[in-house]
Amino acid sequence: MSGPAATYDLGKLHGGLRLPARKSESTALPIQAAPVPEQLFLPIDQHAGEPAQPVVGIGEYVLKGQLLAEPATMLGAPVHASSSGTVVAVEPWPVASRHGDAAPCIVIECDGEDRAGEPREKAAPYTELPANAVLQQILRGGIVGLGGAAYPTAQKLMHAASCELDYLVLNGAECEPYISCDDMLMRERAGAVVSGAQILLHALALDTGYIVVESDKPEALRALAAAMSAVGDERLALKQIPTIYPSGGEDQLVQLVTGREVPAGGLPTDAGCLVQNVGTAAAIHDWLQDGEPLISRITTITGDGIATPMNVMARIGTPVADIAQFAGGYTGGAKHLVIGGPMTGRSVSTDRVPLVKATNCILVLSELPAGGPELPCIRCGDCAAVCPVQLQPQQLAWYARADNEGELRRHGLTDCIECGCCDLVCPSHIPLTHEFRVAKARIRELDDEKARAERARRRYEARNERLQREQRKREEELARQKERARKAGPDAIAEILKRSQRDED
Amino acid sequence: MEFERLEAPYLAPDAKVARVMQQVLLALVPAALAHVWFFGPGLIFNLLIAAAACAAGEALMMRLRGRPPLRALSDYSALVTAALLAFALPSLTPWWVTATAGLFAIIVAKHLYGGLGFNIFNPAMAGYVVVLVAFPMHLNLWVAPRMGDIDYQFLTTLQTLKYTLTGVLPDALGYDQVSRATPLDAMKAGLNDMRTPGEIRSLPIMGDFGGVGWEWIGNFIAIGGFWLMIRRVIRWHIPLGVGAGLLVPAGIMWLISPGTEPSPGFHMFSGAAMLCAFFIATDPVSAAASPKGRLIYGAGIGFLIYAIRTWGADVDGVAYAVLLMNMAVPAIDRITRPRIVGHTKEEKAS
Amino acid sequence: MWPAILTLTVLALAAGLGLGFAARKLPADRSELVGRVNDLLPQTQCAQCGYPGCRPYAAAIVEDNEAINLCPPGGNDTVQRLADLLGRTGSPPLATGPAAPAVAVIDESLCIGCTYCRAACPVDAIVGAHQFMHTVIEQECTGCELCVAPCPVDCITMVTT
Repeated sequence: MSGPAATYDLGKLHGGLRLPARKSESTALPIQAAPVPEQLFLPIDQHAGEPAQPVVGIGEYVLKGQLLAEPATMLGAPVHASSSGTVVAVEPWPVASRHGDAAPCIVIECDGEDRAGEPREKAAPYTELPANAVLQQILRGGIVGLGGAAYPTAQKLMHAASCELDYLVLNGAECEPYISCDDMLMRERAGAVVSGAQILLHALALDTGYIVVESDKPEALRALAAAMSAVGDERLALKQIPTIYPSGGEDQLVQLVTGREVPAGGLPTDAGCLVQNVGTAAAIHDWLQDGEPLISRITTITGDGIATPMNVMARIGTPVADIAQFAGGYTGGAKHLVIGGPMTGRSVSTDRVPLVKATNCILVLSELPAGGPELPCIRCGDCAAVCPVQLQPQQLAWYARADNEGELRRHGLTDCIECGCCDLVCPSHIPLTHEFRVAKARIRELDDEKARAERARRRYEARNERLQREQRKREEELARQKERARKAGPDAIAEILKRSQRDED
Repeated sequence: MEFERLEAPYLAPDAKVARVMQQVLLALVPAALAHVWFFGPGLIFNLLIAAAACAAGEALMMRLRGRPPLRALSDYSALVTAALLAFALPSLTPWWVTATAGLFAIIVAKHLYGGLGFNIFNPAMAGYVVVLVAFPMHLNLWVAPRMGDIDYQFLTTLQTLKYTLTGVLPDALGYDQVSRATPLDAMKAGLNDMRTPGEIRSLPIMGDFGGVGWEWIGNFIAIGGFWLMIRRVIRWHIPLGVGAGLLVPAGIMWLISPGTEPSPGFHMFSGAAMLCAFFIATDPVSAAASPKGRLIYGAGIGFLIYAIRTWGADVDGVAYAVLLMNMAVPAIDRITRPRIVGHTKEEKAS
Repeated sequence: MWPAILTLTVLALAAGLGLGFAARKLPADRSELVGRVNDLLPQTQCAQCGYPGCRPYAAAIVEDNEAINLCPPGGNDTVQRLADLLGRTGSPPLATGPAAPAVAVIDESLCIGCTYCRAACPVDAIVGAHQFMHTVIEQECTGCELCVAPCPVDCITMVTT
């Protein structure tokens, strides 16, 4: 597989927008290695699912790569130390996932020596291990999805192993503006990405894997093509897709690459595809081949509020302030800090938040041009024309404001992927995505209430049945006694009466 | 360092309602120029009066509702309503007729229903219908284009202005001297007199396929409409629907009986049919929401225009057709909800 | 003019009679309707409406045309939803204000194990044997407050959630 890959139009995406890329600023330099900071802040819930439980105590000295927290439930991932140092606290600290509010973090005072633990004894190459053993090993590496959702990879793969799969799809689309970390990863570490793909193919016993890249990344495509031809694995193929936002969304990618639609409320595995970010694949390679757990990642730091936009390889737990300083510091007009991309990121109030496994971009923006006052919806239909899920945002907004839960469900509110395309095209500047988030929360609330009411109703009916049963039993017992007494004859009754009178005296 | 929090997305949107409306107005300019060339300056006066009435109505209603008037005026939607009224009304119209139409359109049809985005009925058409019913005489006074008819007196600008302000024809002119039947009027009257369309077409008021002057205006409206479609201000579904809805039945009936039916081209280029297809029916607020719904909505309007012209009492059925289909929009929206990605067709039907 | 007026009057009368006939002689399936009304009620089984449970109240609404604004835990949302389902216009606001969601909590140090509260709970959310301590299962408590009165030592309090 060498040379540029052809564009496949197996599937088409409805709607979507061509957005200004704004990636050239951050791709001018090669990936820079950010220094280890003085203090590392490692949240214990850097992944979807339940927070991990710390297994180290305050004052304990830890080495780079040492296990700090273990998953407490079925859905979770371990957290490892990103550098050597002393654990000084396990306390609340501002985190990006809560917009700057605090969550429990393990705080490590780094000793600057970056000492690693004893190298793991060279395990057997993964090709000799059974698939299940590979999955268990991935779990131990703290690997989570690096595309932004941070779903624990091992559990995702374990679930996928129980589905009927046809394709592995590696997501190198990176369709959101500003973000370029996956682009740089593919340019500089294409070999790791390809190796990760091979590990995944082995772990899931698949024989077709696609690495999908948007057509605005020619260098990445070249590097991947070269790496793939060096390895010569017939199972892997490189695919290009048009540069349209949000073609990098899981469901949208499956649709573009295979032509299949992911059923509503379902996962890509329901359409026979396992989708994994290219960064996750590289992290799997690093853990299984080199023994390094997930303790660092590439992040784009960019925006007109940063002096030198760039991509950095930084340790997980580095405060954003330190990374910003490394990137030349803030410019005069820096006003907003967004963790993530301009469409789906979270705005945070402070730069003390640490870089976590899910952080793919740090966006510092100056004042956004005022959009103007919000006008009523003029039913132009532009929002429906750009919605990749073929929803009608104008109707959803109407019903969201009317709090009409039935119509919201019928119009597919729960299928909204919150991509933000409708917001950008609305001439009335209605904050559609925000309205939908609020409405979804309301529907979840109503669902919870309904579930509770259902449970209460069942218990009530069960109780009624129980009371009726007891009543029936009592009546039967009484009838039996009456029958016995009647059979026994009038003398026996007189005997009983005499006996009871004697008891009373 | 501390930062200010925002809601996603963090890119500046650049679509604006005002720009949409401005482009619609721009697209009407060629047609307006052609109109003035053929029928005199009446259109300009009507536009000024209608704009003043619509703006006044808008400002008044926003005040009464406790909102800043400038917010509504700055989206130019009232001006678009005024422009459509100016095109729909005859160019010789007294100011009070135009003002009534404008005020009714804005105050009743738009703001009493909730303002921009909430009106069920097309405001311009609602205003037009009100004055059609209330001032039937004035709405039958149509200026004829320059066509070399010696009995015909084409009014000067000053004379037009005098009539517009007073409602009385200046210089002792009579109504028969300054107005003629429109092409549609002539066609309808001629057909009633059992003449064939071919004979009717030989009247001086008729042009190549529509009426003199009206053809050119229709062409310019179509050009403006296509320009709007290219700029993605309007989508193709409604114009195609109206066109098909009008041309298909007209074409079929014309093929069956060309001796008693005007040609489809005549239908499309006379009256306000072209204006309706590209500018009136495409008012997004009162139209259907989904692409399929818009096709059905447009087709309904086109068919109703044909039906009213052929079997109804009204000469140009555009206004009633639009208002009738406005009433059907909620039902159309319900039936034509698009299929959501990931759902099957059966799930959608609930 | 007179023929037109007469025609319209006759048509209106005919339509009115037809609708009235349909309303009386063609009733909707009652039992299914009771189920749907019951589904809209919050299932607190608190008897604040005057009926011993939600289903009896639902039956009363459908069969006896009972007022739909007697359910405080449902709040005005439920009144509105019932009005929409049953086509009753002009739904009046709740006779009493909606209660904040709450759960019952037994003060274990005072409980004497008499089982009166256990018998009173309509959803069996209180567990405890005779002369042993009782406790409320928080997830199942609907906040109906029926257990508060029977307790002889007043050890049950309602805690808002």
